[in-house]
Amino acid sequence: MVPESYYLALSAVLFSIGVVGVIIRRNPLVIFMSIELMLNAANLAFVAFGHRLGSNDGQAVVFFVMAVAAAEVAVGLAIIVAIFRLRRRLSVDDLSLMRW
Amino acid sequence: MSPVVPPPAVALGVLLPVLVVLAAAAVVLVLDVLPPRDSKAHLGGVALAGIIGALLAIVMRWGTDARAFRDMVLLDTYALYFDLVICYAAALIVMFSMDYLGRTGSESGEYYSLLLFSTAGMMLMASAGDLIVVFLALELMSLSLYVLAGFFKQRLTSGEASMKYFLLGAFASSFLLYGIALIYGATGSTNLDRIAAAAATRNAEPMVLIGLAMMLVGFGFKISSVPFHMWAPDVYEGAPTSVTAFIATGSKAAAFAAMIRVLVVALRGAQPDWSALLWALAALTMTVGNVVALAQSNLKRLLAYSSIAHVGYMLMGLVAGGGPGPGAVLFYLLAYTFTTVGAFGAIALCARAGEEAVEVSDYAGLARRHPVLAATLALFFLSLIGIPPLAGFVAKFYLFGAAVRAGYIWLTVIAVLNSAVAAYYYLRVIVYMYMREPDGEPVAVAPSLAGGLALTLAVAGIVILGLMPAPFADLAQVAVAPLLR
Amino acid sequence: MTYAPMLMVFAFAALVAGALLFLPKLAAPRRLTPVKAEPFECGKDPMEISEGRFAIKFSTVAIFFILIDIELLFVWPWAMLYRRLGWFGFAEMLVFLGILMLGFFYIWRKGGLEWE
Repeated sequence: MVPESYYLALSAVLFSIGVVGVIIRRNPLVIFMSIELMLNAANLAFVAFGHRLGSNDGQAVVFFVMAVAAAEVAVGLAIIVAIFRLRRRLSVDDLSLMRW
Repeated sequence: MSPVVPPPAVALGVLLPVLVVLAAAAVVLVLDVLPPRDSKAHLGGVALAGIIGALLAIVMRWGTDARAFRDMVLLDTYALYFDLVICYAAALIVMFSMDYLGRTGSESGEYYSLLLFSTAGMMLMASAGDLIVVFLALELMSLSLYVLAGFFKQRLTSGEASMKYFLLGAFASSFLLYGIALIYGATGSTNLDRIAAAAATRNAEPMVLIGLAMMLVGFGFKISSVPFHMWAPDVYEGAPTSVTAFIATGSKAAAFAAMIRVLVVALRGAQPDWSALLWALAALTMTVGNVVALAQSNLKRLLAYSSIAHVGYMLMGLVAGGGPGPGAVLFYLLAYTFTTVGAFGAIALCARAGEEAVEVSDYAGLARRHPVLAATLALFFLSLIGIPPLAGFVAKFYLFGAAVRAGYIWLTVIAVLNSAVAAYYYLRVIVYMYMREPDGEPVAVAPSLAGGLALTLAVAGIVILGLMPAPFADLAQVAVAPLLR
Repeated sequence: MTYAPMLMVFAFAALVAGALLFLPKLAAPRRLTPVKAEPFECGKDPMEISEGRFAIKFSTVAIFFILIDIELLFVWPWAMLYRRLGWFGFAEMLVFLGILMLGFFYIWRKGGLEWE
């Protein structure tokens, strides 16, 4: 039996990796994957907490978050494809037409 | 065989305003692919009819205090007030869009459909009684807006705006989600009332505080408060102007609606903690917004920074967490929405052939060529400065008064100084319109019926709100009453 | 302060995440030279991307797949409890699938399913 705090620690590690990934990576697809990692870290936390509290609420939440994540993937890929069609190159450093 | 689960009570009446908007969105989507396929002009009318239907539903339901779906959706005066603000903004923006998209030749069904979907998300955010509904509604709103920001597919800046908005927005909402997870872990529930009950017994637990901070990152992004504002100028500039108007008003109002409810209802126990955070956020937001706005030459970017500054003022009203502050914030949001939708709408009407007039210098001499449009744009800017007797003045008056009464003298002093700074960059645009000679090609203006009507409504809004604010201020105070009980 | 370990967990997590990302840079520093950046180290530049031009239609299909696929997330628990949910559950799933079909109809009429 793995204690619940292990899951929470893993979830915190995953979340932090996601945050760092978003900040230091340059490819929108990789940034996007890091964001998915953050969402799934939250999912893991929900399930772990739900298990400790002895309720199914945590798992029910995960269903909705997964559906939202899928919708996010669809929209994100569509935006990336639309940009790729115009630019033929993919890096967030190119997104610099507008600067203050 | 195990027994049949009794069917839960389905109280669709509680969702009625949202359902009307969603139904209209689905109808627009289907009509888009049915004949006549070459003409899309009627779809804007259908969308507008849907929003007017929702407005009727809101008025019909006014005064109720209903809850349904295991307290996940609430329909109290607070939610209805925000529904009203959001639907008003959405209706004006649909009208401006009919003019703006018609001119740029890009009318299409998915535009109106997505606009309605994001409207429904915003309304649901105001009705959310559960953190999960907050998250789902926020995503419904945001995902639609990400796509809308990139609606001009052939324009590089539009795609760039869409991508930046999407990546940073998704980043911020995963912070929000993790914050929700931590609060769920600490209190054992995602329901706002039950969180409040659980948190009251165990005060200021670290996990609640970390969750609170993470949720504030998510909300701070949506309302574009400093330091989570970096996306705003780029997205406002790159997105189609009608969409910018919606991002600046509707999504901000919705995020404020959810944030106020979460902070005041669920996290009331942690008030001293978030109060200090909001104090710093408010001071930082208004100062950075105004100072950076001074240096802008692009009108859409200028309005972006000015809207950041207005968020700073509004946060000021929340610092006290009770008293007249939240009501003043609600009134300020109403005035801000009226003014900002009008200002962006007027800019959308000033589109040059194929190109948008977005540089301040494009507006040189506008008063001579089109006195009416210049006068309305000047009115909106004067309201944003806070000149009596316009809506912006009254809203600032209530808000600053509430902050002083709550004892936040220094914050109010910062806000007043900021308002003085802000007057400079708004007046600069007015000076350009009235006292400069145009250089080069003049801005061509020919508003259609829909655009003209929307502009008239917006002007009427800020004048009426400025001349007789009392009933609306009472309305705002009545609206927050269920929260402050 | 039963949750004081939470703060430590977060500090630890940030440390691990940072270490995982930065240790490789210390252990195996990357020194990119123009020669190393060439796709083939044979002195000749490739004429075009090796996998040919990227066909957008594949990604369109992938996007549709995700959207239709994720609906199973809700259908599966429903199917497990189908008998216990009774007619109410049946009607509710019909509504859910009906809304989904609306989207499918839109994709179809919009020409999203045309391969050529």
